[in-house]
Amino acid sequence: MRIFDPHIHMTSRTTDDYEAMYAAGVRAVVEPSFWLGQPRTSVESFTDYFDALLGWEPYRAQQFGIRHHCTIALNPKEANDPRCAGVLDVLPRYLAKNRVVAVGEIGYDSMTPEEDEALARQLELAIQHELPVLVHTPHRDKAVGTRRTLDVVRESGIPPERVLVDHLNELTVTMVADSGCWMGFSIYPHTKMSEDRMVRILKEHGTERMLVNSAADWGRSDPLKTRKTADTMLAAGFDDDTVDQVMWRNPVDFYGQSGRLDVEDVEPDDTALFEGNSIKRGGE
Amino acid sequence: MDPHIPADLDRHLTADARRWLADAVTRIGQDPTAVRAVFPAAGRHCGRGKLIDGWTVADAARARLLTALPLRGAALAAEIIALYRHGDAAEQRAVLLSLALLEDTDPAFAHLGLPLVHEALRANDTHLIAAAAGPYAARHLDHDGYRQAVLKCVFCDIPLNRIAGLAERADRELARMLAGFAHERVVAGRDVPEDIWPVVRAHPGLLEATGLPAETQSPVPERRAAAARALAAYSLAASAGAA
Repeated sequence: MRIFDPHIHMTSRTTDDYEAMYAAGVRAVVEPSFWLGQPRTSVESFTDYFDALLGWEPYRAQQFGIRHHCTIALNPKEANDPRCAGVLDVLPRYLAKNRVVAVGEIGYDSMTPEEDEALARQLELAIQHELPVLVHTPHRDKAVGTRRTLDVVRESGIPPERVLVDHLNELTVTMVADSGCWMGFSIYPHTKMSEDRMVRILKEHGTERMLVNSAADWGRSDPLKTRKTADTMLAAGFDDDTVDQVMWRNPVDFYGQSGRLDVEDVEPDDTALFEGNSIKRGGE
Repeated sequence: MDPHIPADLDRHLTADARRWLADAVTRIGQDPTAVRAVFPAAGRHCGRGKLIDGWTVADAARARLLTALPLRGAALAAEIIALYRHGDAAEQRAVLLSLALLEDTDPAFAHLGLPLVHEALRANDTHLIAAAAGPYAARHLDHDGYRQAVLKCVFCDIPLNRIAGLAERADRELARMLAGFAHERVVAGRDVPEDIWPVVRAHPGLLEATGLPAETQSPVPERRAAAARALAAYSLAASAGAA
């Protein structure tokens, strides 16, 4: 089974996770830039982070046979901090990079005027750079937030097939399906969405434009949730080809719209160096 | 701030801690920059045990240090904001808890601490979120900001009785958001925090306008069960409200 995790924050994960993901069939990931738990207070903190997403992290992933791409954006939560607003001005530099396959995560957190501004400007940047967008939907007041997100996306003029609306659930999936956008689901332990709920949604709404991710990060999360959902799909009677569509071909088709996706097989190789550093500890 | 806290604080301090705190207050009075060293040190000198709900001994000691600053208005705000921005989580929490008191002591402080409330409400550390949702936030947040603060607390399992101003500020829009949150939880087969029900119940018709009642007919057993539990808790809140 080949798996593409279209949303996972590998910066927060260990090499054990990379090994376990490879063993489970994960061969490609997209890491959206997001919020790090600790608030950032300057534009430079963001550019160091973006550089890591484009440098050190794909290097780490490669050691374990996994292709790593990323999405770059000012996330909605930090868009509210005036000290970080300047990130919008440095984005064009990053959106030109080879491994950047979308603008994201953008969207709403608390639905403030600052978030409106950041969302609208970044949708414009996506159009200019001919990139798809990864849109986060708010955890609070989700249904209202998702509807408003879809309105703003429509007004921006970006084609819906270039938009992935993420963190959906039973109450928001239908409006996104009707919009023509792609639908993303984050499978989490305890909260958000479970494997069983996901399979019920796939049975009800079909597998077109559907993406499943682990959204694993520094919180309680599980980087193997993609594989566990695939297994749950098989147990529920989906065939191998349909599982491959959801777990591999759909994310390839969506991010492939960037023209920058490279999912040729990589072999695990822990001998390579990144700027003179390796992931090996001294003496290994 | 609860007016009993200063008296309670003195009762909780050892003789050494009382001397240290009195000395620190004097030094801050002579040189406000002294706060930058004594503010972080308050926990280890005064103790970190619980004083009352939502306040540790260290929180109250730090509040006393902040109110001893011989600064006013923008100068006071600049010092407070720097203490927050360079503070660890315990120091940040104490700053947040002290904001209302600082405004009471110096009316010119007014809304100048509000950016810190917004920052803390974006945090994921529930201690900071709960400390931010105090009387200062209730006085100064606009309607959207206040509703989002309440929703964030509910989302983070912070009990609503820790949020200041709910009785005065809870409105129909907040109740609608909470009803939507309850619906979302039920669809996930999860429990709904019971303290939201009185707020929802105060605006009849809102719960009924969500799809939550229909979830009792869901083909998914855990959704049916979650809906039944939620509706039972809702009616309980209703009868308590009537009584």
